[in-house]
Amino acid sequence: MAKKMHDTPNLDQLEDGPWPSFVTGLKELAKDKDYVVDLLGQLETSYRTKKGYWKGGTVGVFGYGGGIIPRFTELKDEAGKPVYEDCTEFHTLRVMPPAGMHYDTDTLRQFCDIWEKHGSGLIAFHGQSGDIMFQGATTDNVQKAFDEINEMGFDLGGAGPAVRTSMSCVGAARCEQSCYDEAKAQRSVLNTFLDDIHRPSLPYKFKFKFSGCPNDCMNSVQRADMAVIGTWRDNIRTDEAMAKQWFAKHGMDELVNDVVARCPTKTFQLKQIKNVKTGPSISSVAISDTHAIEIDNHDCVRCMHCINVMTGALAPGKDKGASVLVGGKSTLKIGGLMGTVIIPFMKLETDEDVQKLVDLGQRTIDFFAENALEHERTGEMIERIGLINFLEGVEVEVDPNMVSTPRTNPYVRTDGWDEEVAKINAQKIKKQQAA
Amino acid sequence: MNQAVQEKPAAKRKPKETGVPDNKKYLHPLMAKNYGNWKYHDRPRPGVLHHVAHSGDQIWTVRAGTQRQMDVGTIRLLCDIADKYAEGHVRFTIRSNIEYMVSKAEKVAPLIAELEKHGFPVGGTGNSISMIAHTQGWLHCDIPGTDASGVVKALMDDLIVEFKREEMPNRVHLSTSCCEINCGGQADLAIIVQHTKPPVINHDLVANVCERPTVVARCPVAAIRPAMVNGKPSLEIDETKCMCCGACYPPCPPMQINDPEYSKLAIWVGGKNSNARGKPTFMKMVASGLPNNPPRWPEVSVVVKRILTVYKDDARPWERMADWIDRIGWPRFFEKTELPFTKYLIDDWRGSRSTFNASTHIRF
Repeated sequence: MAKKMHDTPNLDQLEDGPWPSFVTGLKELAKDKDYVVDLLGQLETSYRTKKGYWKGGTVGVFGYGGGIIPRFTELKDEAGKPVYEDCTEFHTLRVMPPAGMHYDTDTLRQFCDIWEKHGSGLIAFHGQSGDIMFQGATTDNVQKAFDEINEMGFDLGGAGPAVRTSMSCVGAARCEQSCYDEAKAQRSVLNTFLDDIHRPSLPYKFKFKFSGCPNDCMNSVQRADMAVIGTWRDNIRTDEAMAKQWFAKHGMDELVNDVVARCPTKTFQLKQIKNVKTGPSISSVAISDTHAIEIDNHDCVRCMHCINVMTGALAPGKDKGASVLVGGKSTLKIGGLMGTVIIPFMKLETDEDVQKLVDLGQRTIDFFAENALEHERTGEMIERIGLINFLEGVEVEVDPNMVSTPRTNPYVRTDGWDEEVAKINAQKIKKQQAA
Repeated sequence: MNQAVQEKPAAKRKPKETGVPDNKKYLHPLMAKNYGNWKYHDRPRPGVLHHVAHSGDQIWTVRAGTQRQMDVGTIRLLCDIADKYAEGHVRFTIRSNIEYMVSKAEKVAPLIAELEKHGFPVGGTGNSISMIAHTQGWLHCDIPGTDASGVVKALMDDLIVEFKREEMPNRVHLSTSCCEINCGGQADLAIIVQHTKPPVINHDLVANVCERPTVVARCPVAAIRPAMVNGKPSLEIDETKCMCCGACYPPCPPMQINDPEYSKLAIWVGGKNSNARGKPTFMKMVASGLPNNPPRWPEVSVVVKRILTVYKDDARPWERMADWIDRIGWPRFFEKTELPFTKYLIDDWRGSRSTFNASTHIRF
């Protein structure tokens, strides 16, 4: 039995209502832990004064420079003594989850046992970067908890100016839209940079995220310094039985208004069967005895909409891989940035393919480490130095897929134009000869 | 006998630098068997996904909402349910929903009944309002303007009906952030702290706590400069330049940006990460000045619900928030949601010109 609970009239109101309550959970823990009784006391104070009372500091585990988020209370009386003395330290361990965040119950129960013993008993599945967050331990207990979690085969994630913990979608494990082995790519890339995860020494954070298709369920385009988003190069696959089944259920209005009209490039057409084109870039499938869908895949931007609506009837092609975008980030300092395409397509099937992605990550991080200013993300660095300088630094050739439009102003010195053209022509000839 | 170990009994344990664990052993056996070979899925009811593999194998997934910050008792309860009613495997979604996978359709109903019996709402699939992506707030963050879990709990209490249904025009992703750094990320609708006054500086502490050049460099508008104040090295702010973003506060806690009254909440809409239909979009600020009013933030809830209700009534099937506003236009968005369009919603940051209407495309 723990000590008596503090009055928490504000937090109590968060026990009302139908959604699961974290306050009820904390109160359960507080039955046995003075630590959580006082955590609730401090949190209630925040609810009353509308102020936060945790400050950072330096806490770590032996051998690593990051992965622990230290928190010390600043809620002190006039003599400098903590108001809630049983909860003056509330550090978090960031632990990297398996790709796709799959668990068996034995693993989760072991986590619970360890965290009940050494920590507050509060675990968040998961933080915004994807970490399992073991929230709330004293400085003395951080190492003990880590040692046991580490013995289970789990390792700390990133914090500070480091390569950060990554996420991938459920992907190949359960999703028909998966265009590459997200888990393998995530693990191969991340485990190459363990030193940069555990010993923060980059200019600022660097995030990789892995989405299996352009639906981008990992929100990688706006958050990841390097977003790996699945796509395909060949034609959308079709299944006539399922297409007819879809049409029988949904009808012409839905097909026209929800699918045809929403195709961003209008390459998705509805035609009488007798008028349907054939050709190497055409996907077509009958939806009734009279009508068929026709897609010219050269004009398809792989947005996923028609496939999302008519899953099973339509599917991504077989020549799958990923696009790589660099430089996504949130607000600070220059405003939110979306990632920019730097690799329109790369295969990710063989170990050699995945190694190419790892190499690209390595070159990007090396360039970032050398060239970014302190506290500057890749997107900000690229904005400052220009995309061309970045591409040359990471040895990637320019490609019109990298821009929405070519430049709209003449403010550029072009006296190297002829040399560039000669270079491009030489590469063309080389490619033709190789073919 | 290992002599080295004997001589140094106090040697600290070296970490096993194992990195991201292999997920294969945690996968449900049917997911491991059909890895990369799924054909399609449908949704038999809200909260349930039914995936069919090319092999003919089928798997049913039941998705339920959680509070994200979970006590071990709750996690053990979720495990008990997995062991008794599912097949011992779970996964979590990016929005902190838990998913149970089962190999037989008849296991779905008892699993749902058990989850709901214990207060875990089943839903969050398809065209629902899913769980809110959120941050740490007062519970754990060192710079929070407000709480996270509490805001989310209060809002989800109001939105749970739409979590359990699939009646929205398209999926709705929400996020909250306790400061303008916006760890919550882009969403169809986001609630983010918006400070309205410059930081209050404790000049006695700056010299000892802050690396002053770092703080100066952090300011997006170069409003901070070194200064001697009361004979001590400190920092001063050009308050005519300061736009109250709070970027200086993390590297310099004596520059307190959070204020119980002047730190407000803003609402943003139309963020989208998916490439479906249009390209990914950033969200746009549509309301601000809402009070930071714990424990249940009712003023925020009113605006959020109003926007979502109008969107639900007015958007066509498959229109995300951004797609809907693209069709109806911003004037009508503000008209329909009865939100005031103030001068503060016209961008004056770099790149703002691209947000101006350079055409006569005007709806009447």
